[in-house]
Amino acid sequence: MFFTYLRRELRRRMRQAIFIALGLALGIGLVITVTAAATGVKNAQGSVLKSLYGVGTDATVTKAPKAGSFKPGSFGFGFRTGTTKRPAAGTKIDTSTLGGSATLASIGASSVTTVADLHDVAAAAGGLTLNDTKLSGTIPAINTNGGGGGSGGFQGGGSSGSSGSGFQNFRANFNTSSFGVDGVDLSAGELGPLSTGKLSAGRTFTAADANSDVAVLDSSYATQYKYTVGSTIAIGNSKGTATNFKVIGIVSEAAGDNPSDVYIPLAVAQNLANMKNDVNTIYVAASSSSAISTVSSEISKALPGDTVTTSADLASEVTGSLSSASSLANNLGKWLAIAVLVAAFLLASLLTMAAVTRRVREFGTLKALGWKSRRIVGQVMGEAVAIGIIGGAVGVGLGFLGAELVTKLSHPLSATVGANTTGSATPGGAQQFGFPGGGNGGGGAGGGSFPTNGSGGGGFPRGGFSRAAADASHTVVTHLIASVTPGVVILAVVLAVAGGIIAGMFGGWRAASLRPADALSKVA
Amino acid sequence: MYKLSGVTKNYPKGRSIVAALRGIDLVIEDGEWLAVQGPTGGGKSTLLQILGGLDRPSSGIVEFDGQDLAQLREAEVTKVRAQDIGFVFQTFNLIPTLSALENVEAALVPLRVAGPARRQRCTMALEAVGLGDRLTHLPSELSGGQQQRVAIARALVKEPKVLLADEPTGNLDEDTRDEIIGLLETMWRERGLTMVLVTHDSSVARRAQRIGLIKNGRLNFRQHRSGQASRVTATHTGAATSEALPAPPSDFDAPELRAADIPDSGGRDSGSEPADTITFD
Repeated sequence: MFFTYLRRELRRRMRQAIFIALGLALGIGLVITVTAAATGVKNAQGSVLKSLYGVGTDATVTKAPKAGSFKPGSFGFGFRTGTTKRPAAGTKIDTSTLGGSATLASIGASSVTTVADLHDVAAAAGGLTLNDTKLSGTIPAINTNGGGGGSGGFQGGGSSGSSGSGFQNFRANFNTSSFGVDGVDLSAGELGPLSTGKLSAGRTFTAADANSDVAVLDSSYATQYKYTVGSTIAIGNSKGTATNFKVIGIVSEAAGDNPSDVYIPLAVAQNLANMKNDVNTIYVAASSSSAISTVSSEISKALPGDTVTTSADLASEVTGSLSSASSLANNLGKWLAIAVLVAAFLLASLLTMAAVTRRVREFGTLKALGWKSRRIVGQVMGEAVAIGIIGGAVGVGLGFLGAELVTKLSHPLSATVGANTTGSATPGGAQQFGFPGGGNGGGGAGGGSFPTNGSGGGGFPRGGFSRAAADASHTVVTHLIASVTPGVVILAVVLAVAGGIIAGMFGGWRAASLRPADALSKVA
Repeated sequence: MYKLSGVTKNYPKGRSIVAALRGIDLVIEDGEWLAVQGPTGGGKSTLLQILGGLDRPSSGIVEFDGQDLAQLREAEVTKVRAQDIGFVFQTFNLIPTLSALENVEAALVPLRVAGPARRQRCTMALEAVGLGDRLTHLPSELSGGQQQRVAIARALVKEPKVLLADEPTGNLDEDTRDEIIGLLETMWRERGLTMVLVTHDSSVARRAQRIGLIKNGRLNFRQHRSGQASRVTATHTGAATSEALPAPPSDFDAPELRAADIPDSGGRDSGSEPADTITFD
């Protein structure tokens, strides 16, 4: 009787039932579409961040340097103006100096173990991001009058004019270049800056290479400077002396990545840079993606004073149309969907109540026949839920359609990371080099400045340092694929049934409150 | 079957209160057929609703088959109604979306009768009222008389103790009216029902055993001067039942009650309210 009565009643009210079902379908379809779009945006963000971050890295730990602590490495000769100690004219200079990063202070290697031992951490690896700066040339004769001006040390560019031709002369005699060197923790497996690279020649490191002078090169760097597997590359150390490394492999990184130029084993790098037992980045893999924020807080507790950056933090630094799409989906989209859904629920409830009012005599008769209120309410509820289920089914269809439309109609999205960052935590990513003390340029810690070659200007020489400047803002283009997950479909079904139940409750309450006597009383 | 004592029913109407029933005392024997006549608004329907447990009195006792309906909880009254009381309404009140058979089945739903047994019983009930060939028709496909037959089948399928009919022929033409009353009478006789029939139609009322008059919330009984429409007599005379009753006096019609017919305190039983059992001669 229940289903017969239900079916017949829906057939009688077919137009109204369809109307209510469509309203619910619209609300549910919108919720699905918006959620799918938001998922698509999140996936796009994830892929962007992965390309910047390396596969498997969920968080990095870095330390901000104390102001003024950056020692760019003495460049072979401590040449201060006003001192009498000056290399003789004709001295050949050929140094290759491996130094740390301006924005990454050293972290003790024991911290890596501390992090690795944390509960939700699957793996941790230390890395050392360094720069190798080469300086070569011959010291010319110098006019002492022109030395240094009053501004201490040689500045690039700007102040040269006051000191006359002597400086230009000086500068012209030197060549500088620099490249990035990353010390890679070989025991870390898939974690670390090499993880997104694809081997295009030779081989990558094995555990046996831990103390060997072997290097893996980035393919664009190798191509530019004509290195192949088997070539030799000179890498400096903290004192300026170079060591020859054998190139054992070449990796190519994805277009969006920010690779280093040269990778060498971590222990070797620590040795050369005189940073034994130091790293300047810890790469952390969490046990699951849902554990990332837990990991972040655990690390902050274990290593106070260090900066933990997760992809979520990076996500907030992402600008561009991808982040606009994200805020659109999450804010406007979400509220729109909720508003439509609430309206649909309301409509369903009102119409159901109205339908019950029209059946007053019918329900009164049933009560006279001995039907319990509960039974009658159940009938009304059943009708409403049936409509809800139909609306839900249509809504799921609409949702899939909507997601398809979003995917087809959306433009490629761009994501830019780092244009505004302070370079706090992204090794190989947005690093901006600013010498502490700003305008004093190379004068800083006392090491002599060296003449620039060509680029002049505010103290940013070409080569390694400018690599960072040029890569400081990093743009990735990606596509939005709105994806409907099974979870969303289940959500839709739940919403549909909930809508039916809510409408049924309103109608049922109305039906239950009918008194049989009133229901059956004659007109007037 | 019924014993009503001091039953009153008041309805709020705007700011004032309407007294629909004023202190009704009534005894209905098992198997009796009582007709209740009276002007519109006099309280006929209210009385029927109280007899059927569809409404509670404002005060008084409504004893039905040993239980006071006025004191029972709603769920219990519903149960009594489901099992023991059948209703027939002026407007038929069939569920429009259900077929004739399904409408009759609806009466057995609260009794937890289901499946083929239910269908069988309901089919037989419809056959008993002569609609065995209309089982799958919707109410909209049936004539008024046929709809009322379905309603009667529905009321009787559960074999109730009481049948309460509220103007069952009110919406029917004259011929159909006779048909329906004849059917009701047959059913009453065959099943030993207690039947209370509210009507404003005298020709219908006089077929009953006893006629009560309700006016202004008070119930009185007329002397039914004509022969008693008793079951015993009827079984002997069969179809000629109505003929056995001589024509009632012209002053029998309800709207023209004379003041003298309404007993006041000086009535038959001194001091007490009338409307107790009066046997006809």
